[in-house]
Amino acid sequence: MTQDPETYSALGEVGAFQERRTLWSRLKLDLKKSPMTARFGMAVILIYAVVAIFAPLFAPYGEAEVFPIPYAPWSSEFIFGTDQIGRDIFSRMIFGARNTVGIAVATTLLAFLIGGSLGLAAAISRSWLDQFLSRSVDVLMAIPSLIFALVLLSIFGSTVLNLIIIIAVLDSTRVFRLTRAVAINVVVMDYVEAARLRGEGIGWIMRREILPNIMPPLVAEFGLRFCFVFLSIAALSFLGVGIQPPTADWGSMVRENASLIQFAQYDLKAGLTPLLPAAAIALLTVAVNFVVDWFLHKTSGIRDE
Amino acid sequence: MLWIGSCTKQVVFAMNKSGQKGDVLLDIKGLRIQGFSDEKWHDIVNGVDLVLRRGEIMGLIGESGAGKSTLGLAAMGYTQPGCRITAGEIIFDGVDLAKLSDAERRKFWGNRMTYVAQSAAASFNPAHRLIVQTTASTIRSGLKDRSEAYRDACILYDALNLPDPEHIGDRYPHQVSGGQLQRVMTAMAMSPRPDMIVFDEPTTALDVTTQVEVLSSMRKIVEEFNTAAIYITHDLAVVAQMSDFIKVLRYGYEVEEAPTRQMLSDPKESYTKSLWSVRALEKKEQEIGQSILSIKGIDAAYGTSKVLFDVDIEVPKGSTVAVVGESGSGKSTTARVITGLLPQSAGSVHFDGAELPPALADRSKDQKRRIQMIYQMADTAMNPRQTVRDIIGRPLEFYLGLRGKAKNDRITELLEMIELDGRFLERLPSELSGGQKQRICIARALAANPDFVICDEVTSALDQIVQEGILKLLLRLQKELGLTYLFITHDISTVKAISDQVVVMNEGRVVEQGRKTEVFQPPHPEYTELLLSSVPEMDPDWLTNLNAKRADLQS
Repeated sequence: MTQDPETYSALGEVGAFQERRTLWSRLKLDLKKSPMTARFGMAVILIYAVVAIFAPLFAPYGEAEVFPIPYAPWSSEFIFGTDQIGRDIFSRMIFGARNTVGIAVATTLLAFLIGGSLGLAAAISRSWLDQFLSRSVDVLMAIPSLIFALVLLSIFGSTVLNLIIIIAVLDSTRVFRLTRAVAINVVVMDYVEAARLRGEGIGWIMRREILPNIMPPLVAEFGLRFCFVFLSIAALSFLGVGIQPPTADWGSMVRENASLIQFAQYDLKAGLTPLLPAAAIALLTVAVNFVVDWFLHKTSGIRDE
Repeated sequence: MLWIGSCTKQVVFAMNKSGQKGDVLLDIKGLRIQGFSDEKWHDIVNGVDLVLRRGEIMGLIGESGAGKSTLGLAAMGYTQPGCRITAGEIIFDGVDLAKLSDAERRKFWGNRMTYVAQSAAASFNPAHRLIVQTTASTIRSGLKDRSEAYRDACILYDALNLPDPEHIGDRYPHQVSGGQLQRVMTAMAMSPRPDMIVFDEPTTALDVTTQVEVLSSMRKIVEEFNTAAIYITHDLAVVAQMSDFIKVLRYGYEVEEAPTRQMLSDPKESYTKSLWSVRALEKKEQEIGQSILSIKGIDAAYGTSKVLFDVDIEVPKGSTVAVVGESGSGKSTTARVITGLLPQSAGSVHFDGAELPPALADRSKDQKRRIQMIYQMADTAMNPRQTVRDIIGRPLEFYLGLRGKAKNDRITELLEMIELDGRFLERLPSELSGGQKQRICIARALAANPDFVICDEVTSALDQIVQEGILKLLLRLQKELGLTYLFITHDISTVKAISDQVVVMNEGRVVEQGRKTEVFQPPHPEYTELLLSSVPEMDPDWLTNLNAKRADLQS
């Protein structure tokens, strides 16, 4: 470090220099230090992702393939039995991962696209635009979102596209608030003022000056928001206005087989059947939360001591 | 365990009284401390020896990162989280603190050795009254009972010249000023009558006029109770006032140690000499040339509250105009009007013969390029997610359209201009020291090839040693590139060092304006007088003399 140790020099000042690492080696370091819960969460998410992507390879039968035996018990032929019209529950659970998770990811992405860009714009402009957007969001948030989604879906019809758009718009209100709140802290920084003085346009300031600095809370929110979206979709499907049959989906699978739970006293396995898709939903939600917790802790800079 | 605890306490109490002035109290031998960061252990302190006798004050000085705070804390047997002591002994009154467990060390903390932190505002619990916090450790360790400790606290408050010493303890931290809070913290440190106090830059966050009062009362109280103290600072003049002898640290090594007077008059090492010489910086006044920027009759307001009233400033080409004043005097607002961030409500700004449009949006790219700004806090003036290459490269690309190799060459050239080199290209701002950060900000401003640079308190957040380096750099750049500076500051020694002309502002108006020598010539307004006399000098008798003079004036 020192070139001339004898006298003061700017080069010789002590800075907290960090070694240059590739993304891969940084990732390995982080993973090595990750707690058990986070590793568990990541493993679960990875398994879900693999199952969802390669669903047709894993599933023994087709998504909507009907067999002549409704409510078949667990057996080697039908691992978790069949449902009320004779579809293999195990296969439907695997396809359900693809449908439910896929739609939830798409919805969350859309919610972030809408909420994030509007939130940034509101934070930068701080004018009537900010007022208009913030008050509109307040109005939207004042209506319970599940009921609002139910109403809108009954009006526009329960197609997958409508489902994605409606839930995305309703959830983008939360994303908007978060983005606006964290972006406002960055907008007042001198480097944003310096960029303005330089004459940079609003696009540059949004993308290059502000966005990289608010990523950690947004990424964490993405994980949590995904859980909520996922649960809302499952809830709507359970209520019958979500993903429509014959598309396999965990929420509607719970509803369709719910009556089986009364048979638990005669056949424990049959009673467990409706709980399986519910457990799949719960497990993913818990896993995502574990990972988000770890990520938040890591980026908050708190030392583990 | 309880029994041992109370027994030790009595021994502690008894030993408090036993020391004689001049006995060795603290003896650190070959201390090495490492800190963990970036997946590696780094050396912070590399084998430092230190001997502190009862009743002595030792000054620890050095740049930030020299390991002085780590050493000061280690003198109490404490290491910050993420640090460890790897070798050496810390013998405090016959006990090696490095070998004790945390629980055993805690028996020393808060009664035999105490600590005064840099930021008093951040160190007090806002939910408790001052007197409760002042006496907490004294009462807890059973040195005094509550009523006795409270009475004693009032005596200490009085000794520290706090207003209304009987009742100030009933207030909460937010109800007193920063300087007062720093003195309350000193009272807290004195309350158990410790053998040793560690002062960690206690006056850095205070302004000069408050600093003088705090220093005087700290010195008085330490002398009165024959306490040993370690005084950590980067301000050479302050250390000259406070300490009996001085230890200079750099990179965790000891550079030099000597009694204060000897150290000041006859430093041995060239590093120490270079520290001493920087204080002597003073710019020779230039002849006043043609104006490059002239502000006429500017009024400006934030919303409905008016902050600038009829401000006229002339800035001659190639010179430095310092704008001085208290916070809230309108210095920074003037800068915002010039840059176009806050369009004025009346008056005009002429730049190089042409009138500048009031609003930033109406100015041409070239007008924006020619006026650049450097900020006070280099930390917040650079995007933490951009590397040095991006930060300096952007104005080159944006204003001058440089790309590829031409851009890279120019970046390297700029880095050399600010006395750094190509190794810094890929670094993020968080990996730079305070001085290096400010230099990168200067390079960013220079990248635009400006004619006029506004420096808004650019040195006030830096160590003094680093400050002088930055000022020298700015002076050199001015000479080489013919830059014109508008230098906003509240620090008189900075004004002396860099300016040709001075503008004194108060409550949004220009009070005085003229050549440096004329403005600094008495008689001045009362506030300027107070500012001028409060700047510490390198003379170890300066504080004593100043206090005598002020006492005379009062009586």
